[in-house]
Amino acid sequence: MNSTWSRFNITSIVLGFAFLYLPIVLLIVFSFNESKLVTVWGGFSTKWYVSLFHNQGLMDATWVTARVGVISATVATVLGTLAAITLTRYTRFRGRVLFSGMVFAPLVMPEVITGLSLLLLFVAVGLDRGFFTVTLAHITFTMCFVAVVVQSRLVSFDRSLEEAAMDLGAPPVKTFFQITLPVILPAIISGWMLAFTLSLDDLVIASFSSGPGATTLPMKIYSQVRLGVTPEINAACTILIAVVAVGVIIASIANKRREIQRQLDEQAAQRG
Amino acid sequence: MTNIAVTAAPLSAPPAALPARLAKGFVNRLVIIIPYLWLLFFFLIPFIIVFKISLSQTAISMPPYTPVLDFSDGISGFLAGFRELNFDNYTWLTQDALYFNAYVTSLIIAAISTMLTLIVGYPIAYGMARAPATIRPTLLMLVILPFWTSFLIRVYAWIGILKPEGLLNQLLMSLHIISQPLVILNTYTAIFIGIVYSYLPFMVLPLYSSLEKMDYSLVEAAEDLGCPPIGAFWKITFPLSLPGVVAGCLLVFIPAVGEFVIPDLLGGSQTLMIGKTLWNEFFSNRDWPVSSAVAVILLLVLTIPIMFFQQAQAKAQEQGR
Repeated sequence: MNSTWSRFNITSIVLGFAFLYLPIVLLIVFSFNESKLVTVWGGFSTKWYVSLFHNQGLMDATWVTARVGVISATVATVLGTLAAITLTRYTRFRGRVLFSGMVFAPLVMPEVITGLSLLLLFVAVGLDRGFFTVTLAHITFTMCFVAVVVQSRLVSFDRSLEEAAMDLGAPPVKTFFQITLPVILPAIISGWMLAFTLSLDDLVIASFSSGPGATTLPMKIYSQVRLGVTPEINAACTILIAVVAVGVIIASIANKRREIQRQLDEQAAQRG
Repeated sequence: MTNIAVTAAPLSAPPAALPARLAKGFVNRLVIIIPYLWLLFFFLIPFIIVFKISLSQTAISMPPYTPVLDFSDGISGFLAGFRELNFDNYTWLTQDALYFNAYVTSLIIAAISTMLTLIVGYPIAYGMARAPATIRPTLLMLVILPFWTSFLIRVYAWIGILKPEGLLNQLLMSLHIISQPLVILNTYTAIFIGIVYSYLPFMVLPLYSSLEKMDYSLVEAAEDLGCPPIGAFWKITFPLSLPGVVAGCLLVFIPAVGEFVIPDLLGGSQTLMIGKTLWNEFFSNRDWPVSSAVAVILLLVLTIPIMFFQQAQAKAQEQGR
């Protein structure tokens, strides 16, 4: 294989990753800029981070975003996991085509359509727009991403394990919680994280479904970006990137440790 | 999920076969029904409401449209309302060239940027698939990582790079490649750059997964038999990666047509795209019926690509089994 890992391949990967990462790196670098101009370097400074913490509007928005993210990701993970089980296990029931359509379509649906349609639903049933409606909207569009992540794990799941447990007399629910759930747990965790970051990032759907008093961080950033690029926004973005990066790194380390633990357990079991 | 456990546990406790079977049937039904009803109520029904409101008139009230197909007056009122339904909003859309242009421009921009994303993404995916197996997971992680950072932030980062006094112009002028700053921000070029950049992981991931599964001894065989490398690529590698190409293109094309953030922040006021038109119609003009009509037509335009996407997904699911 090494012989085919040619200079062309290496070049295209290096250029590709430079393209992917350079804008983010520049954004982070200029958040430490002394100068008020975002594109002219005026020396190192952390003053924009200090002023960020004194910006009450931004702090409130961060708090709203965090709560919406945690609640919607948790509910979306439960619903998405159920949807994934339905898609992989129940191949025959009335309306299955419609169901799989409703799971896959939101993945590519333009956000303006999803946002507008949810808003009109909330108005039609007379829900006041605010924290609650943003959370409902985020549950709906993120649960489909969870379903796809969990489903890909369920497809490769060895069902003979479940059959063995049931043959030994375990009821289906117990089998699910003791056999199936531990195996698909990594996928469920990454599904939760994906749902959380999607909720954290969303501007369009939140703008439609939110009301007064429930301004999320992306909405706040967007309204400030429209007025002009400032180092303070760079600082806010950098913190957001850092939070997500730390989360992803912790999750991947935890995943790796679980993997190693499992291998050790298997070895121990084989030695008897 | 706790609900299921609580309701099902006492039923499944006795060893008798019948209660256990009943419990199983009950749990099965709940597993299907809960997500089904949720999606029905929050995904499908809203579209019907959008369609309904697209047939109503703008009114100065809250909500700002006249009621249509309301059951509050009973069946006769419903039927009376049915006769008054009108497609004025749709006629309005066809009369104003702005909307037609916005749809066509959006489709063209999405198509061009999908091609560009494919051209940029293919070499990356190919390089990753041919990389030593030990570093492939790391490369995969590096492609996924930007996906976790906010879409808005990644688009915002490009403003500082592309604007007239931005970093790109500073670099090019200090290298004496150009003497006048290039105008890139607030043009269609900036939209292309934004879409390619933001959607690149969506293209690379499906390409990579189909290229990684490929049997490279086929290419080696072709080359042994005297086929030039480029010929072998077009005759073997590319056709075999076609499922990945299709999936990647659909994942980029469909959302790009209705994209709002990129044309709004990078395209400026001079560029026209339908997602931005819908947003302005809704938030600036507060014309809910017309923005609903815009959404209905956008959905119709995208129905065929979305159906293709679902078929591709279902096929991949069958093969994964």
